[in-house]
Amino acid sequence: LAAEGYEAVCPGEGARAVPLSGHVGFDSMPDQLVNKSVNHGFCFNILCVGETGLGKSTLMDTLFNTKFEGEPTQHNQPGVQLKSNTYELQESNVRLKLTVVNTVGFGDQINKEDSYKSIVEFIDAQFEAYLQEELKIKRTLHSYHDTRIHACLYFIAPTGHSLKSLDLVTMKKLDSKVNIIPIIAKSDAISKSELTKFKIKITSELVSNGVQIYQFPTDDETVAEINSTMNGHLPFAVVGSTEEVKIGNKMVKARQYPWGTVQVENENHCDFVKLREMLIRVNMEDLREQTHTRHYELYRRCKLEEMGFKDTDPDSKPFSLQETYEAKRNEFMSELQKKEEEMRQMFVQRVKEKEAELKEAEKELHEKFDRLKKLHQDEKKKLEDKKKALDDELNMFKQKKTAAELLQNQAQQAGGSTTLKRDKERKK
Amino acid sequence: LALRNLEGYVGFANLPNQVYRKSVKRGFEFTLMVVGESGLGKSTLINSLFLTDLYSKDYPGPSQRIKKTVQVEQSKVLVKEGGVQLTLTIVDTPGFGDAVDNSNCWQPVINYIDSKCEDFLNAESRVNRRLMPDNRVHCCLYFIAPSGHGLKPLDIEFMKRLHDKVNVIPLIAKADTLTPEECQLFKKQIMKEIQEHKIKIYEFPDTEDDEDSKLIRKIKERMPLAVVGSNVVIEVNGRKVRGRQYPWGVAEVENGEHCDFTVLRNMLIRTHMQDLKDVTNNVHYENYRSKKLAAVTCNGVDTSKTKGQLTKSPLAQMEEERREHVMKMKKMETEMEQVFEMKVKEKKQKLKDSEAELERRHEQMKRNLEAQYKELEEKRRVFEEEKANWEAQQRILEQQKLDATMEKNKKKGKIF
Repeated sequence: LAAEGYEAVCPGEGARAVPLSGHVGFDSMPDQLVNKSVNHGFCFNILCVGETGLGKSTLMDTLFNTKFEGEPTQHNQPGVQLKSNTYELQESNVRLKLTVVNTVGFGDQINKEDSYKSIVEFIDAQFEAYLQEELKIKRTLHSYHDTRIHACLYFIAPTGHSLKSLDLVTMKKLDSKVNIIPIIAKSDAISKSELTKFKIKITSELVSNGVQIYQFPTDDETVAEINSTMNGHLPFAVVGSTEEVKIGNKMVKARQYPWGTVQVENENHCDFVKLREMLIRVNMEDLREQTHTRHYELYRRCKLEEMGFKDTDPDSKPFSLQETYEAKRNEFMSELQKKEEEMRQMFVQRVKEKEAELKEAEKELHEKFDRLKKLHQDEKKKLEDKKKALDDELNMFKQKKTAAELLQNQAQQAGGSTTLKRDKERKK
Repeated sequence: LALRNLEGYVGFANLPNQVYRKSVKRGFEFTLMVVGESGLGKSTLINSLFLTDLYSKDYPGPSQRIKKTVQVEQSKVLVKEGGVQLTLTIVDTPGFGDAVDNSNCWQPVINYIDSKCEDFLNAESRVNRRLMPDNRVHCCLYFIAPSGHGLKPLDIEFMKRLHDKVNVIPLIAKADTLTPEECQLFKKQIMKEIQEHKIKIYEFPDTEDDEDSKLIRKIKERMPLAVVGSNVVIEVNGRKVRGRQYPWGVAEVENGEHCDFTVLRNMLIRTHMQDLKDVTNNVHYENYRSKKLAAVTCNGVDTSKTKGQLTKSPLAQMEEERREHVMKMKKMETEMEQVFEMKVKEKKQKLKDSEAELERRHEQMKRNLEAQYKELEEKRRVFEEEKANWEAQQRILEQQKLDATMEKNKKKGKIF
């Protein structure tokens, strides 16, 4: 509610200060606002990033004085997954919807180049969900369950030397998307002197790599001093434990070793109390606010720019929302139409081409047969000629034959008459 | 989700304090609009409510100015109290209801309210958003003249047109002209008419707290609140009070038995100021926004389709339209492809058939020709044979003739 960001004022802009002659009563406004917030309930989302076995779950249990679910995870995960659990907590009259997101399998793979990707995707997905809700026409932001990550606790392995390259790469990818609070996990494995050196090394590595970690805010005088001091203690060296040990006459959360007992809430032993103070008791609201007004706004701006939205047209006149949407929509519609037209044109072209192809084929076919026809005609002519030739020969022969026969007949008749005479004479 | 038990103090119970701290640092804003005919004591009431001279000699109020048409004017002041800073904007509407013909005198008011919502909508919709001041009208005090009878047509018309746009709180102005009984009757009549005309005036939110519920019920019984305002401080029985001096006594502004001013002040400023802002933001502004955006995205789209689309963001809607279009294109492409293939197949088949036909005819002609050739050859062969035979025969005959002639010649002794 209060972190909407839209309630922020440019105080005194165009306003003149006037004195009051009595008690009006608007000094109850902060209380009115607080009452509304309390009635509405709060929500907070923590992301724990770190290798398997660094005590992420135990730390959460210790911070919130309760046993959250979950069995310890194995080391054989194929990729980095994010497991999210939401809990309803109450303290005095304050209701808190707490979501704890754990990275499962982080740092377990041989090739860790893509390890950060699923984390970034998860964070972006929550921003995206909020953005979609915010852009809806009928929206219910007031009752929206905000799943955006407000704080990322980055668990650094207690090697005592320096940050791993996986840590640097991951934090660099996350620092513009989420408030990062780096902590040294299982710090009871490091001696005090080693710890100081370790912290200095880590801080300088973060600085030289340009990693922006979350700074506790120092603009409000009420908390400026404590926040400023605490900034100097980062990264916090923590120890988590849900086991209780009797120290003196009290039961305290501790880890018992043969050489002594590490007390979680003893500020000489570790920074657990500092973490709890900063994360929960002093800056929880600021973490929510930063997430909304800085990280989310950056995501939103990038997303909208990606989709082609801008605030002013080429003439530097401010667009009104309606104009922007209408322009976008018209552009979009004409783009779709253009695509449709293009596809149609492509088909028309193909049809034309194919028709030409087939026409060519048809033409070739006809040519082929025309040629054959011509050949055939020639052959036929030749045949006709031959026929004629034969007929001529035949006629000539017939004529010859007829002439010869005629001659013969004449000769025969003459001879025949001779023969006939002879025969006649003989007969005589 | 079941509530978990915490074994020990965690500290998030401190969250309200953090919220308190941050809100004080940010400061607060509130925009209050006053509407009513001239002379109903609007400016005086504002000054009484905020215990300040909002309108002074240096900053004269609208009542000092001559107006021919309805204006909408705003004055912005910064007030501080108990470490809390409030930027207060008072919006006045001089000229409202003062003309002879007051048709549409509410339009400038509606335009003002809408334009503030539009400003906020545009600021909220920018790509680069900076911290935005909230200039939306959070509450509209509507002044009803103390006629004692009922609402005027203008009153009804105005409230009906504005109850969907802003929190309307009707007030009976200059209540010191009514006796308590007259006032009671007047209030009853007004509430009856408000219900009859289904006017939605500002409603107090439900509360689980018993004491608050009782308080709210008491306020509700007194609605509409009858108020008296005064710029003058008078001494009454040793007390310094704001009031109006009459020969017959002093009407005290802050006396609960004289008028409902205290109730109004407590409700408007001390207990429900935040709720008025929340209702403006969550209800009236959202109404404006969804109507405005629905008009934009429904432009040129079949309205029967948009019924289910109001819950989607315009970007998501465009994305979906894009996806639908991609599917449509795919389908179109497949269909066109099918038609194309079919036509090509047809044409190819035709060509094939044509080719086959031509082939067949050609074959037939060829065979025909071959047959004729064969016939011709046969004929020639026969002829040749006949000719050969005949020639052979002729040769024989010739030989015979020759032989006969030779014989004859022999006989004739021509042979030596």
